[in-house]
Amino acid sequence: MTGKPVLSIRNLSVALPEGADRRHAVENVSFDVDPGEIVCVVGESGSGKSVTAFSVMGLLPPGELKPVQGEILLEGENVLTASPQRLRDLRGTRMAMIFQEPATALNPVMTVGQQIDEVLRIHTGLPPAERKAKVIGVLDAMHLPDPAGAYDKYPHQMSGGQRQRVMIAAAMALDPAILIADEPTTALDVTTQAQILTLIKEMQERRGTGVLFITHDFGVVAEIADKVVVMRQGSVVESGPAGAIFENPREDYTRMLISSVPSLDPPAREPAQGPVAVESIGLVKRYGGGGWFAKKGEGFLAVKGVDLSVRRGETLGVVGESGSGKSTVARCIVRLIDPTEGAVRLAGTDIAKLSTRGLRPYRRRIQIVFQDPYRSLNPRRTVGASIIEGPMNFGLPKAEATARARNLMGLVGLKPDALERYPHQFSGGQRQRLAIARALAMEPDVIIADEAVSALDVSVQKQVLELLDRVKREFDLALLFITHDLRVAAQICDRIMVMQRGEVVEAGPTRAMFRAPKHPYTAALLAAAPGRGFGETVAA
Amino acid sequence: MSAVENAAPLAPPRAPSALAAVKRHPLAAVAALVLAAIVVAAVFAPWVGTVDPTALAPARRLAAASAEHWLGTDHLGRDVWSRMVYGARVSVTVGVAVAVLSIVVGLFVGLFTGFIRWLDPIVMRIMDGLMAIPGILLAIALVSVSGASMVTVIFAITVPEVPRVVRLVRSVVLSVREEPYVEAAVSVGTPLPLILWRHVVPNCVPPLIVQATYITASAMLTEAILSFLGAGTPPIIPSWGNMVAEARLLFQIAPWNLLFPGIALAVTILAVNVLGDALRDRLDPKLAKRVGR
Repeated sequence: MTGKPVLSIRNLSVALPEGADRRHAVENVSFDVDPGEIVCVVGESGSGKSVTAFSVMGLLPPGELKPVQGEILLEGENVLTASPQRLRDLRGTRMAMIFQEPATALNPVMTVGQQIDEVLRIHTGLPPAERKAKVIGVLDAMHLPDPAGAYDKYPHQMSGGQRQRVMIAAAMALDPAILIADEPTTALDVTTQAQILTLIKEMQERRGTGVLFITHDFGVVAEIADKVVVMRQGSVVESGPAGAIFENPREDYTRMLISSVPSLDPPAREPAQGPVAVESIGLVKRYGGGGWFAKKGEGFLAVKGVDLSVRRGETLGVVGESGSGKSTVARCIVRLIDPTEGAVRLAGTDIAKLSTRGLRPYRRRIQIVFQDPYRSLNPRRTVGASIIEGPMNFGLPKAEATARARNLMGLVGLKPDALERYPHQFSGGQRQRLAIARALAMEPDVIIADEAVSALDVSVQKQVLELLDRVKREFDLALLFITHDLRVAAQICDRIMVMQRGEVVEAGPTRAMFRAPKHPYTAALLAAAPGRGFGETVAA
Repeated sequence: MSAVENAAPLAPPRAPSALAAVKRHPLAAVAALVLAAIVVAAVFAPWVGTVDPTALAPARRLAAASAEHWLGTDHLGRDVWSRMVYGARVSVTVGVAVAVLSIVVGLFVGLFTGFIRWLDPIVMRIMDGLMAIPGILLAIALVSVSGASMVTVIFAITVPEVPRVVRLVRSVVLSVREEPYVEAAVSVGTPLPLILWRHVVPNCVPPLIVQATYITASAMLTEAILSFLGAGTPPIIPSWGNMVAEARLLFQIAPWNLLFPGIALAVTILAVNVLGDALRDRLDPKLAKRVGR
């Protein structure tokens, strides 16, 4: 790239409040963003990548984080020393930001058009009619269907992908020199993510905007980056052109990050031969429509007749985007919600219609590990109390339950003494290990992992996946693995079921499905996976 | 395994020291002191320089403050200081009793309402009905039926307070029961009462403590209103409300008769509310963050 950089960060350090686990959130960070260039800042949680982005916008929480060294030059002007007034002028006109969660970044009580119009009203002197025409023009440029109609819509009337397009429209309305995107696709489905990435790329190419793209996902980096900055614990580990970083990473940490992104080419696996541990037959879940005044057949069909079976020693992946009903299936099988129709056979008994009392003996045979490691353990109880709760419910004396818990702690790679601690003293990955230990304490036949690694950093994700695979083998468990992420599914699943709008569209052995998807939706999902054929494209 | 070393050896959550709390909220500390003084005076009423609050001395009626009668005497020659201290007993008892009763009943009803789906609409409509009853009218009706007594007053004030607590508890339950850790407890076969006790009740405690202070304040005020109207505690028991009522006609001659119980009532309720606000700042995580802690 040529020309002067639009954004130049020089030796930036941002101090953390006293008493934090390290002194600086960001330390001695330097890099440039040239016009028309996409710079990806990659790092795991706590790496300081978002703090860097927020420093540029001057959006650091006052009193908590303070830049103490260095400068941030936006087209040659230091924004760290700019007055609040000047910063307000720069935001929107010269620099703009889009966020991870478009649902909360938009004001729910203003129409989308008004929100973009606000940018123009504040920063330009255009008359209302011209502003409206311009807003519709920007919405059109974002490839929103029916831009004139979209002007009068409220955020809740749009899908997640559309809302992110609106956010980008608002950010791009005044053609800023630099667009800062903080994990803009993390909350979106893969197919939507692919569209948004294409859109950002198109904006950058057509308008010559510099893009500072914050992400944790190396797949996304491979997809769009011109230049990569790898951050870890507040410092830059390595930076350089994307090709060089992928082909020839200098640092171990970068290599580890790249290698921990699961490949889309799964190895061949022996089909499991064990007995069927759990199966569902014609599972249907209808939400609503059950009230006194509702007509029969009303409501929303979340799951439309799903058949599945998992053998002992087998991992079945259920893959689908949000709204596909994959989690509903999981929750019906564990009976956290009651299925509307169909059967769930566990140990030869249909548990779908059992009463609370009748269900109780079957509870221990099937356990679930949830997505959010920060909410799946009661913050007010020691982790030991959480783990022994289940066995004690089934009459195990406390001493024996504790002994079992100590064993399990070793098994999941934690110290037995940690049972006395509280959940907040553990990291996300450790908490997920604790949740697995809690499930194992029940000595179940079946474990359901509902997006169990989705909230974790890639390196931690890999460890937890290995742990799940290991305990499955050791205890001859049936593992039902619910995920939206095909890469993760490829890594661990023997068979995969793809769900779309409550129905199973394709099912089969993992390797065969990845090599030759039969259903167009499966093919679309595979095509949309970011950084597809990583490795190969980079080498080319 | 690297995860073992990563388990940070942090200390368990510590309660902040009393001194730090005083520094952060000097006003709340003053309020707590005032309340403590009032409660001590109420409990040890016979030993804080009082005489029999009902002893008549017609010869010394409407006397001004003196060494013998610290705050003067009323129109029947009764010692105002003694009547005020004994009156605190009524206020404190009614305030605390109403708060405890309505929290206990409300917590119990709210927990089950929030967790048992089919119960929810039925109970909540009953609560709406109870809320529609004005406490003062209910008290007047009850007193006219069963005669004036402290128990009647407590019951009459508690009834309209219960629905507020039920709503609060129910809202906490509705959000907590969606938490994965509660679902995990369900899936390891924990019975419902244990789930409520172990996983849900601890989440209700902070908002309930705050709510309890507000209920106490409003119960004290309602009791004073009822006594003022003659529908509260029997006239023979001194209370701030009936003291004000009796002194009202003689305000121009002996204003202290009205002022002292009025000031006592205002100060008490103010102290309770200030304490409640401080607790709210401390215990409401959203607000605590905004205030900068």
